[in-house]
Order: sequence, then structure tokens, then C-alpha cells
Amino acid sequence: MTTLNWGSISSMLVLFGTAILVVTVASLIKSSKKDLLVQVMTALGGLGGLAAVIIYWHRVSSDGAKLSFADTVRIDHLALFIIGVISSIVFLSALTLKSFFAREKLFRAVTTEIYVLILLSATGGAIMASANDLIVLFMGLEVLSLAAYILAASNIRKAQSQESGMKYFVIGAFASGFFLYGIALIYGATGSTKLAQISQKLVSGAFVDDGFLLGGIALFLVGLLFKVSAVPFHVWTPDVYEGAPSPFVAFMSSAVKVAGFVALIRVLGGALIESAADWQPIIYAVSIASMAVGTLAALVQTNVKRILAYSSIAHAGYILIGIQAATKDGFAASLWYLAIYAMLAFASFSIVAAREGAISGNSINDPNHIDNYRGLASKQPFLAVIFAILLLAQAGVPPTSGFYAKFSVISAVVDARSYPLAIVAMIIAVAAAFIYIRLLIVMFFTPADSSLLGGATMSKTAFSKTTSKTMSPITQLDASENSDATFDKWKKLGANKLNLAVLTLAAAFTIAMGVYPAPLLELAQSAAQSLV
Amino acid sequence: METAVFIVAAIITVLSAFGVILAKNPVHSVLMLMATLFAIAVLFVAQDAHFLAAVQIIVYAGAIVVLFLFVVMLLGVDLAENLRVEPIGGQRPLAIGATVATAVLTILLIIVAASDSSKPESGDLAGITQETGNTGVANLGRVIFTDYVWAFEIIAALLTIGVIGAVLLTRRAKQQEVEEEVVEKEGGQL
Repeated sequence: MTTLNWGSISSMLVLFGTAILVVTVASLIKSSKKDLLVQVMTALGGLGGLAAVIIYWHRVSSDGAKLSFADTVRIDHLALFIIGVISSIVFLSALTLKSFFAREKLFRAVTTEIYVLILLSATGGAIMASANDLIVLFMGLEVLSLAAYILAASNIRKAQSQESGMKYFVIGAFASGFFLYGIALIYGATGSTKLAQISQKLVSGAFVDDGFLLGGIALFLVGLLFKVSAVPFHVWTPDVYEGAPSPFVAFMSSAVKVAGFVALIRVLGGALIESAADWQPIIYAVSIASMAVGTLAALVQTNVKRILAYSSIAHAGYILIGIQAATKDGFAASLWYLAIYAMLAFASFSIVAAREGAISGNSINDPNHIDNYRGLASKQPFLAVIFAILLLAQAGVPPTSGFYAKFSVISAVVDARSYPLAIVAMIIAVAAAFIYIRLLIVMFFTPADSSLLGGATMSKTAFSKTTSKTMSPITQLDASENSDATFDKWKKLGANKLNLAVLTLAAAFTIAMGVYPAPLLELAQSAAQSLV
Repeated sequence: METAVFIVAAIITVLSAFGVILAKNPVHSVLMLMATLFAIAVLFVAQDAHFLAAVQIIVYAGAIVVLFLFVVMLLGVDLAENLRVEPIGGQRPLAIGATVATAVLTILLIIVAASDSSKPESGDLAGITQETGNTGVANLGRVIFTDYVWAFEIIAALLTIGVIGAVLLTRRAKQQEVEEEVVEKEGGQL
């Protein structure tokens, strides 16, 4: 008989339940306070998910992993770690979204739906994190991505957002097809979709070893590497991130990526650890390609969102390094990097979202152009300093979390004796510093109205031709007719107080994790230990 | 009995398939397609594949053909197509060649399969049959509501997202948005 342990999935139930509650409540009240109520409920939903994680962390520590729903759900430290990260991002997103909605008036009619989609997408991520069965993993992936496609397309007035959503959907659906085919082949080879049983079959050698399993692993990897945007499956990332509304990009680049990686870690590190020799070379090549292509492409971009998109591809390469090591230390390093990266990506794209609101109405048509960050330090010193901290962390400069993250994945791979990979990673890390230093120079050492950056200005004209049609109506509209108090504050600060608080928190987290990484690192290590 | 069902259903399938490409009116074509799909569903039932038959009706006849009808209606039913002009040069000879090649290949495969007397092994992979000893819709249902009940429940979240997404992406402009749009047009931005 199937045991239904509802308590063990409480974090998912909290996230999903909040989503349903938000829809219901929002459809019943018409008060002008509705937006605030919905926002508070979403934030509480994120906190509730986090609370459920904390409660269960101790229970799992004492009683071991909890299996339920015919062993298709496995609540262990790995699942709880990732659900904790995702819930925190939901909480932070809920706090930052309000100022965005105040600015982009067209979202006023659909704010409720946006919050609900974020909660549902997070539910999908939590389902993936705790999946102990390939079918459940697939369902979680679909819940996660379907909501993300809609978020990408949610700016119904902007052609670029529609295009981004469409691209994301078509490519994502394509990747899901590969993923599903991979599951079918793995099932064909091992006779089970349950991760524990697949692992057992591989250990005992009782599987059909005629390429079925290899084909299955390959297709499965194609599907998931698409989701985490590793090279050569990265092409959609810059386009989608550039077109989608920035606050949702912050969510997609953090929570959605985290869920994709946890699926990789769970399946490769749990079910398929026996055949590590088969998938390690693939991950090896993909991680080098991701780091190299992401870094080189980011160097030549002139749009800050595209720079950050390519830099997220490079980060995906670093996270894959730890997975490539195929040791507990490697997985722990990857999980730790993942938590650090999620915060960095979320905060960086939140700054982009804040900045593009503050400069709307400029003569330049692209609000995310690197020229619009010129002299940011003199105009908005606080924002510039926070952005600088985040960029330095992404570059891996010592007193920040990014340094320790890169250090731990590289040392894990050295322990696993993949020396060439470690050397390549370090060389690319040095090259990658230029991406972030370039942005720092623009913000701190360039006057706001000169054009010292010849290269950037040259390509600007070509670039703005392509985007001006889609970007200009909204941005100029905002500047001309927005006059309410919220927006005035926006114009002055570039972000409202809540946003600044969230960004300060992110910067503090980044520095704290660089100075005193032990607590989170211990959590990541016990998460990695819980792999089957 | 099985042979009789097969012959009747096969004749309906082939005839209505010809009807799909020969009918002048696109709506008739779509209806013929539905007849083809129904007849194939009957063939599935004759093979004891009840679940497949049900899915055939629900997914194809219920959803996909209706989608076709929507497209046909939206494009205009009485839009006469000039069949003498080939939109892509040389596609008709190619289509005829491909059809003949497929037919030859199919016949060859049938001959090979018929001459191969050894039965395919049932193998260890048919997990569902082995576990409970019976097949069919009842068994599938049992598996869905026991082993895969969690995956089944998650579909609720997917459907919720579908509904909310449809609301979000098709929202029509309300009064305040219409006003904004007017400003936008007066500003000469569009």
C-alpha cells in the first residue's frame, strides 16, 4: 500500500497552497489594498516554505531521509537545501516586485497572476528537488518551466518580451522532449523510473547494456543542460534574458537554474553514479565550453543584461566542474556555488531592473545599454557600490563569496585528479574578471556624459537600430506621464526602499559568505552526503 | 469476428483518408480526418489496446481535430486555393516519389517480418505486466493511483498554470490602459 506522508511535502504544499490562496483571495476583494495583500501573502509563502525546510532539516538529521508517495518523493538534506534556496528567492522576489509594478503600469491588471506564477514555478522547483523518480522529476520540470515561459512573455505590450517568451517556450519544449526520450531509454535499460532502483540495477549489473543506457544518459543530459543553459545549449539564454522583464529574469536566472542543477546532481550523483565514467567526459567538455564561450561572449556585449546572461552561462560551467568530479566533495562544492550564484544572479538582475526604471526617457533607446551605467557612482552611489560588490563576487575576488565558491569547485576537481580542468578553470576565471572590471570602470571612472568607450559607442548605434522599435514606446511613455509619488522616488533613488533593503541584504550575504563561509558550507556538505 | 471488424474498420480508414485529400471543402477534409481517426481507434480496440483507443479519441478527435477546425475557420472556409500553382517548385513529383518509396519500404518490411518466424521475446522490460499479471486500462489506472500518484497530483499544478497563463497573456486592455494607449499614439510613438 502506498504511504502518503503529507507532512514531508509540507514545503511544497505551503508554496502551492499560497498560490491557490492568493488567486482565491485576490478574486474576492476589490479594495485598492489588494496588491499589497497579495505581495505580503507571497512573501509569507516564501517564508513559510523556508520555515517548513528548517523544521524538517532537524527531523531528517535525526531520523534520516523521509520517503513517501510510493518512494517517489525523497525529503533529505539535498532536497531541503535546494527548497530553502528557492523559497528564499521567492521571498526576495515578492519584496522587489512592487516597485516594478508601480513603474510599469501595464502590469497593474495582472499583478496577482505574476505572484501566483512565481509561487507555482517555485513549487515546481521544490518538486524537482525532492523527486526520487524520473517521472516526478519531469513533472516538476514542466511546472517550473511552464510558469517561467509565461513570466518571460508577461509584458504583453512589448514585442521583445513576447518574442522572448515564445523562444523560451519553443526551445524549452524541445528540450523537454529530449529529456523525456532520455527517461524512456533509461527506463528501457533498467526497467525502472525510480532513482534508487536504477542505482541498484546499475550496481548489480542487471540492466540492458546495449547502448540503451548510454543513449538515455545522453538525451537526458541534453534536456537538462538546455535548462541550465550550458554550452552548446545556451543560445536561447541571452535573447530570452534580454527580452523578458528584468525582475522575472532575476527569478529565472536564480530559482529556475538552481532547480535544473539539482536535477542534474540528483540523477548523476545519485542514480547514475555507478556509470560516472560514461557521463564524466560529457560534463568535462560541456563545463570547459560553457566557461570559455560564456566569458568570451560576455566580453564583447554592450547590453548589461546580455553581459550578465553570458556570465551566467560561464557560472554554469563552474558549477558543472564540481559535478564532473563525481565525489561528495564535488557535489557539496557545486551546491554551495549554486546557493552563492543564485543570490548573485538574483541581486544583479534586480539592480538591472532598478536601473532601467531610473533612466527611462534617456536619449538612448536601450535602457540596458552599458552607456547608461556611466557615472552611476556619482548619480546613485549606493546602488553602484552594491553592484560593485556583486560584480567583484562574480569575478571571484577574495573577501566575497564568489572567491570561495570558485575555490571550492576547483579544489574538489583537483582532489578528483582532473588537473587540466582545474587549470583551464583558473585561466578562464582570470579572463572573466575583465567582464566585471569593464562594468566597474564604466560605473566608477567614466563621467556620465562623455563617450570615452569608443568601442561601446560604435556598436551602440548598430545595436539601438535593432531594439529601438521594440523598446522605445514603453520607456518613453513612462518618463512622460508617470508622475505619482512612487515613481518620483524611483527616479531619485533608482529603486524604492524595499528594493534597496533587499539589495543591501544580498550584498551583506555576499560579503558574509566570503568572510565566514562555514555555516552554509556545512549545510551544503550534509546535502551532498544525503545523495543515495 | 476480429477479421470482420478489421476489414470494416480498415475500409473506413482508407476511404476516409482518401477523402481527406480529395474533398474540395476543407471542413469536409477535417471531418474525414476525424472518421479516419475513429476507425483507427476501432482497430486499437480490436487489438485489446483499450487505453490507446481512448487516448486516440480524446486527444486526436477531441483536441487536435478541433484545433484544425479552428484554423480552417479562421483562415476562411471558402478561400479557394488555386491548385495549378505550385508554391514550392517540384514538390509534387517529390511527394509522389516519397509516397512510392514509403510504400515499397513498408511492403519489404512486412515480407521480412512475415518470413522471420521467431517470436520476439517478451523480455524483462514489461514491468507492468509482470508485476500484476494482467494488462489493460484497469492496471494502468491502478499504477497511476498508487506508484505514480504524486506525479498524477502534480498535473493539478500544471493545469492551474495553464489557466492563469491564458488569463495573463490574453488580458484585454481595460479603461486605464486604453487611456495610456491613447497617450502613446498621440505621442507619435507607435
